[in-house]
Amino acid sequence: MVDVIKSNIPEGELSKKWTNYKSSANLVNPSNRRNLDIIVVGSGLAGASAAASLGEMGYNVKCFCFQDSPRRAHSIAAQGGINAAKNYQNDGDSVGRLFYDTIKGGDYRSREANVYRLAEVSVNIIDQCVAQGVPFAREYGGLLDNRSFGGVQVQRTFYAKGQTGQQLLLGAYQALSRQISKGSVKMYNRHEMMDIVILDGKARGIVARNLLTGEISRHSSHAVILASGGYGNVFYLSTNAMGSNCSATWKAHKRGALFGNPCFVQIHPTCIPVSGEYQSKLTLMSESLRNDGRIWVPKKLEDAKRISLGEISPSDIIEENRDYYLERRYPSFGNLTPRDVASRAAKERCDAGFGVNLSGQAVFLDFKDSIKRYGKEVIESRYGNLFQMYEKITADNPYKIPMKIYPAIHYTMGGLWVDYDLQTNISGLFAAGEANFSDHGANRLGASALMQGLADGYFVLPYTVSNYLANDIQTGKISVESKEFSETEIKVKDRINYFLKNNGSKSVDYFHRKLGKIIWENCGMSRNKEDLNSAIEQLKTIKDDFWRNVKVTGRNNHLNQELEKAGRVADFIELGSLMCHDALNRNESCGGHFREEYQTEDGEALRNDETFSYVSAWKYNDENLSPKLFKENLIFKNIELKQRSYK
Amino acid sequence: MNLKLKVWRQESSKHKGKIVEYKVHDISPDMSFLEMMDQLNQSLIEKGQDPVAFDHDCREGICGSCSMYINGQPHGPENMITTCQLHMRSFNDGETVYIEPWRASTFPIIKDLVVDRSAFDKIIQAGGYISVNTSGNSQDANAIPIPKENADSAFDAATCIGCGACVATCKNSSAMLFTAAKISHLSNLPQGQVESSSRVISMVNKMDELGFGNCTNTGDCAVQCPKGISLDNIAKMNREYLKASLKSEK
Repeated sequence: MVDVIKSNIPEGELSKKWTNYKSSANLVNPSNRRNLDIIVVGSGLAGASAAASLGEMGYNVKCFCFQDSPRRAHSIAAQGGINAAKNYQNDGDSVGRLFYDTIKGGDYRSREANVYRLAEVSVNIIDQCVAQGVPFAREYGGLLDNRSFGGVQVQRTFYAKGQTGQQLLLGAYQALSRQISKGSVKMYNRHEMMDIVILDGKARGIVARNLLTGEISRHSSHAVILASGGYGNVFYLSTNAMGSNCSATWKAHKRGALFGNPCFVQIHPTCIPVSGEYQSKLTLMSESLRNDGRIWVPKKLEDAKRISLGEISPSDIIEENRDYYLERRYPSFGNLTPRDVASRAAKERCDAGFGVNLSGQAVFLDFKDSIKRYGKEVIESRYGNLFQMYEKITADNPYKIPMKIYPAIHYTMGGLWVDYDLQTNISGLFAAGEANFSDHGANRLGASALMQGLADGYFVLPYTVSNYLANDIQTGKISVESKEFSETEIKVKDRINYFLKNNGSKSVDYFHRKLGKIIWENCGMSRNKEDLNSAIEQLKTIKDDFWRNVKVTGRNNHLNQELEKAGRVADFIELGSLMCHDALNRNESCGGHFREEYQTEDGEALRNDETFSYVSAWKYNDENLSPKLFKENLIFKNIELKQRSYK
Repeated sequence: MNLKLKVWRQESSKHKGKIVEYKVHDISPDMSFLEMMDQLNQSLIEKGQDPVAFDHDCREGICGSCSMYINGQPHGPENMITTCQLHMRSFNDGETVYIEPWRASTFPIIKDLVVDRSAFDKIIQAGGYISVNTSGNSQDANAIPIPKENADSAFDAATCIGCGACVATCKNSSAMLFTAAKISHLSNLPQGQVESSSRVISMVNKMDELGFGNCTNTGDCAVQCPKGISLDNIAKMNREYLKASLKSEK
């Protein structure tokens, strides 16, 4: 028997919920705000925008990031764009349409009320960012330009060449910098949250490590916001930054926070293929490229083979012998099918032997026709920096030879379970951006991550955190001398000492690579019961081996990157196991979660709404016990559940 | 291929540093430079030695973390890329490669190749922003049309990744290109006009106060900039500064 959890969705009509919430939420008067402390962990789009906005409101904010500057958070690497229901192109867009596309794109596994709110505030984000000086792309008339992204039939994506994430993050970073200079936000660069402190059932602070000196410090607060990003690096090879990690959310999970939909991860269809064993990370090629690029593999097996051996060039293959498989299978969306569908289609062709590089794991993304239609200059103005990046990595010129691409892990829809207020089941602990599970269901649409991160930080948390803190104005400063803080600090120090004294024989990366391989092979683009069970067993062995044999060089009291990695990989191993449990429980295919046992005759995902129309929210159990499943039933009142089709 | 590496090792800002020689073998030309460093570090860890510390994060040329001086050039021999985008096919078998940290007194060494660039954050905090609070009632994003060329110039300046190569390569350790890029980004936009005078004065003052040198128009900063930030931005900043000084009553 599993327990059912509640999401605290406000009453009333869908389109009025957020307005009603805002007009009835509790407020904190300005003179009380300065007596309330808020900790924000992470300085990406969600973290920086939340810290800046809450600082502006007059709260005392402390913001932590492991990088040397908040400007380096991995939101900076987002390329393509940010969605908003502005309808500047007069192509029939609306809040309702963005809501519908997001629910459908997420394969009907997200919460209606949250997604509607996201669509609603999307228009405010663009206004806010332009006011901050974010230099979005413009047309000659001086108005904002838009492009299309996968899974939709309107042009609602705002962009700044291939550096949209960078420009939005710098906007938030500048807003944050302004608050730092005013003293309302205190920034802790090169600090890592090591654990969260719970007092009387409420999140009341964190214990952090200064990565330069090894000093462990205690920080108390009335609320804690985790905006620490996703867990894509559980796969070792991903498009995430090297430092991106799940430790903050995992520590919260181990302290009782539920983890939502961990098996929902996004495999992005257009990444540069793996080139060798030494590979440390994968590079994404923006989805926007699919506006003008056509994806294909040869129709004949022998052509594929000869191309991969370098005997012939892709341009030797005449049109009739090319299989534009996305256009063939999904004529109405063509190359712009959503990411999960496009990724699986690439895997299907490559598994059938049509891959075009030596490993057999690559397909072509070809710009020949667009260059012919618009000229090289137009293509260069749209994608110049991406083409340059591709050439630097592969030494191939994509204006002449089609790009080779293959799917790679890119984003994690799962994360800490949160209610409508973005609050976890632990009072006072909030999660925002990729760190929470909300909004994207089983598959995120392109250009929606930036939208969600900024929506959470700028427009949702300022209301919901205030609503929570309104009951805390009498509490006063929280002491860091309590038993709970001391115990947490001791636990953190013990773990560091364990690593440094372990004297094992294998490096942290050795374990991380092994973990990544197991998860990619068993809990990646397609999954089945047998593999998942075997992965859970293999992970037990790895965990055991890790704790016995991991070797961490150096000391605690100086910059020690191996020590940092060891703590993160320890958490990834445990999270990987939870992903497998979740994937095993979900006996259906939906979005990024494809169970081989559940597919239609033509190989499409087969959803089971009768049984699985819920969010799985897992509670951490003792080390050696399986996690406990809670369910949040998803109720769709405003949208009709359909088999998702992009044909 | 096989390479000889001469790497700057320094335990902390308090210790003295020195060049240490390492050999790396079986390097694939398709490896990135940092993957070559990973391989070196794996071999050091296996021997129980402290691996070489270096800053890196996104490994796709946008976060601005990586900061190595390679064979006397910031981010190595190729133009318009960061160290993480540099691939080993740019080197020859048997070559000796010198790897050093950024050199500037305003970027003190933390360990090995890792330096402290927090001075850049301080310059931005001095005024590198538009003072607008979060509000669901900002005017519509299309209310003020912005000529495309202004928006494009603002964007070009705003692509600075804050890596610090400009400072490291400048004989005066000047942060003019970095500071000018932000000033130019914001002053190209109508939203940035209101604070343009106070912004340029306080950012330039902060830059001086932190100990960055002045500009002597050598132009190496723009040559070495992985994002191609142009020297024109410095000219623009100087104009803005002059304009602001004439206006300023302070």
